[in-house]
Amino acid sequence: MSDTPQQRVTAAIERVPYARFLGIRAELKGDELTLVMPFSQHLVGNPLLPALHGGVVGALLEVTALTQLAIASKSERFPKTVDIGIDYLRSGKPIDTFARAKVVKIGRRIANVQAEAWQGEKTQPIATLHGHFMTPEVEESA
Amino acid sequence: MSDEPTSYASPKDDPLQRVRAMIQFTPQAKALGMEVTKIEPARVWGLVPCRPEFVGDPETGVIAGGVITTFLDTLCGTAAVAAMEHPTTVATIDLRIDYMRPATPERAVLAEAHCYKLGRSVAFVRAVAYDETPDNPIAHVAAAFMVNSNNGRKFGANLRKKK
Repeated sequence: MSDTPQQRVTAAIERVPYARFLGIRAELKGDELTLVMPFSQHLVGNPLLPALHGGVVGALLEVTALTQLAIASKSERFPKTVDIGIDYLRSGKPIDTFARAKVVKIGRRIANVQAEAWQGEKTQPIATLHGHFMTPEVEESA
Repeated sequence: MSDEPTSYASPKDDPLQRVRAMIQFTPQAKALGMEVTKIEPARVWGLVPCRPEFVGDPETGVIAGGVITTFLDTLCGTAAVAAMEHPTTVATIDLRIDYMRPATPERAVLAEAHCYKLGRSVAFVRAVAYDETPDNPIAHVAAAFMVNSNNGRKFGANLRKKK
C-alpha cells in the first residue's frame, strides 16, 4: 500500500492528531492531493447561519498546502510555515469541504504555495490561501 | 463560565461575561477550550490550551498552526466586537499570520488582540500570540472583518438554497 513517498505522506497526514481532530481525510490521485473535511457540528463558528468557523477552513487550507508541498518536494516531513494569508470569499455551509493546493515555486529556502477550498461547486471557492513555507530539504540539512 | 464576582447589574452588561458567553455559543471555540481572560474597549486577551489532539507534528509535539489560526481568528473577531458600542456580528474578510517560531510543546498559547480601527463596514485588528511574554512572539496576525455580517440574512440562511 504505502510504497511511494506520496502515499506515505497521505497516510502520515491522517496520523496527525490535529488532522484527526478536524476529521480530515486525504485522497491522492497521481501527485494531486484533495483533502476532504466532512461536516461535523464541532467545526461550526456561527451557529445561527450556521457557518463553519473561518479558522477551521484556514486550518484545512494550511494542512493541504503543507501536504502538497511535502509531496512536491518529495519529503516525508511536513514543512514549517513562515506565513499564510487567507481570503474568505463565502461563508462555509454546514456540509463537506474540499481543498487542493498548488505549489507555485520551490525556492532554495522558501516555497510559495496557493490553496483553495470549496464545497458544492469547485468554481465557487469559499476561501483561498497563499503561504510561504520553509523548503523541506534545506530545513533538514540546516 | 466564571465564578468571579461582578459589580455589574447583570451578566449581559459585563463585557467579559458577554464575550465568554459568545465563546460558549461557538461550537469550534468551545471544542478548542479557548478562553477570553481579559477585556478592555477594543482589546482582548485570551488563551488556548495545548491538548494532545491539537498536535500538528507528532515528532516534535508542537501545536498545529490551524489551532492558532482558529484561536486568533476568534480572538480578533472578539476584539472587533469589543470595540463596538452596540455589538453586532462580524465575519472574517482576510487573515494574515506570520510565524516567528514554533510554540513550546505542551504549553498554552496566549494572545492579545487589538481592534485599531473600527469602520462602519470593516474592522481592522492585529494580534500577537506568545507563550510567555508578547516580546517573544510565536505569531503575529493582521485581520480585517466585515461588520454586521448577518445583516439582512436570517437565522438558518446557510441551510436554504439560494439563486
